[in-house]
Amino acid sequence: MAALTHSKTENRKRRLPLYPALILTVILTQIPFVITLIISMFHWNIIYSKETHFTWFSNFKVVAQDATMRAALINSITLTTAVVLISTLFGLGLALLLDRKFRGRSIVRTLLITPFLITPVASALLWKHIIFNPLYGILDGFITQIYKAFGGNHVINADFVSNQPLVAIAVPMIWQWTPFMMLIILAGLQSQSPEILEAAAVDGAGTWQLFSKMTFPHLRQYIQLSIILGTIYIVQSMDFVFTITQGGPGTDSTIIPYQIYLTMFRKYEYGEAAAAGVIVVFITIALSTLALRFTKDILESDK
Amino acid sequence: MMKQSKAKFFSRSGLTSLTWFISLAFFFPIFWILLISFRQEKDAGTFPPKWLATFSFDNYSSVFQKGATTFLLNSAIASIGSTLIVLMLAYPAAYALSIKPIYKSKDVLTFFLSTKFLPPIAALLPLYLILQHLHVLDNIWALTVLYVSMNLPLSVWMLRSFLKEIPSELVEAASLDGASTRTILYKVLAPISLPGLASTALICFIFSWNEFLLAINVTGFHAATAPVYLVGFVTAEGLFFAHLAAVSIVVSLPVVIAGWSAQDKLVRGLSLGAVK
Repeated sequence: MAALTHSKTENRKRRLPLYPALILTVILTQIPFVITLIISMFHWNIIYSKETHFTWFSNFKVVAQDATMRAALINSITLTTAVVLISTLFGLGLALLLDRKFRGRSIVRTLLITPFLITPVASALLWKHIIFNPLYGILDGFITQIYKAFGGNHVINADFVSNQPLVAIAVPMIWQWTPFMMLIILAGLQSQSPEILEAAAVDGAGTWQLFSKMTFPHLRQYIQLSIILGTIYIVQSMDFVFTITQGGPGTDSTIIPYQIYLTMFRKYEYGEAAAAGVIVVFITIALSTLALRFTKDILESDK
Repeated sequence: MMKQSKAKFFSRSGLTSLTWFISLAFFFPIFWILLISFRQEKDAGTFPPKWLATFSFDNYSSVFQKGATTFLLNSAIASIGSTLIVLMLAYPAAYALSIKPIYKSKDVLTFFLSTKFLPPIAALLPLYLILQHLHVLDNIWALTVLYVSMNLPLSVWMLRSFLKEIPSELVEAASLDGASTRTILYKVLAPISLPGLASTALICFIFSWNEFLLAINVTGFHAATAPVYLVGFVTAEGLFFAHLAAVSIVVSLPVVIAGWSAQDKLVRGLSLGAVK
């Protein structure tokens, strides 16, 4: 009823504070995509910019048939899935460990979230040069020490970045993203009502029963949310690939954002890069519509 | 009875030790880098480490001598500048969408959220071309505007989740007294909204300070931010572990401090205000 009594000017006045933010967001996020869509239908390489012409959908055909793009797609899926799932599992484990009262809990939490705060480029450089370096890295140092302890005497020089490029990217990313998953799941655990858990314990429910019948169902939406948000952030990031392997060796560790970046600023094929961008946007829209359906409740909760 | 509680005590302290062990293992790379950053270059690459090697601040002083200051300053302008603009825009918007939400506020919120799902790589080319056309490539204020658009949707969501908790009676009473929207926003609600504004600011600061994809592509020599400097630093200087460690720590420190001081707000910002 209250809504009806508002006059039209009243409504307009109440919408006013929204406009600056809304208009700026529309301009800065929607117009670029329209331009991308237009560029994607042109053959446009800035080195041969005189040959620029309208081609309908041939860029999409080129992108779809490009073996490098396909390798990048598979790597993107593998890397994102691995990083998201492993950091969610670690995050769940750590959240359960932290959801107890013990001495130094806040220090432990502070230590655990720090990897997430380190500038990603900095942490990628540190993993590459200080941990994974085959000559001076601590990983090689550790392995050599263990090897020596068992009587080995030649130098190992383990080169993870060349031999296992995807693993060398995934490990630092998992290190970075586990705290994020942990924080969301921990927030879920701490939003449980302790009275209900206590009542169930008094009624004779065991630890495992409490977890599987009460805690886990309550946590489910938080785990879903951490998986979905993690996927969005992780699939878009190319800091680690850019810094650690630059997609190599060959195309072994290239991913979609990095490949689009190369098409744009190394091959200067603007049309193809835009077409790849459009494809990524459509995949993202499809996936996020699906994802939003799962997380609608928690995102729009009006408590 | 006695036996059981003893077993319980041991399993509890066992879990606590396990937690401590994992968290120290997690922190170990950072601890190691901190250690190296105070070493001389010749002692940095040794394993096991020379615990008694010379301790020095040389790496830190040379970080600033070698001109990192410009890039740190650029990062500060882009992240603090964009954060302030975001707050000025997002606070009124969040107000319109929360306490007495406007008609179709859900749709507007979904729109803001949907922009976060769109991969920035797909917008990079047009943004680059627009900036080029306007002759503002390699301009720190242009990057600042891009960071505003990156953080605005997230901030609207986050601020809304704070404002939602304010009882609507407060606003109604004020508007009955004839207060304008501006008075309500900046006089009546500001003191209560301060914690929400502060944590939104911290999240925006963290995201823009650490941003890399836009920064490396739309800045060059003049407007390069700290992460861009870091990448270039390695290719330009060859490998200097101790120096690299010190630069990385200097670049990361503002965000680490911001994050440590806003631990409980971190999750709220990252989850767009959904998780308290």
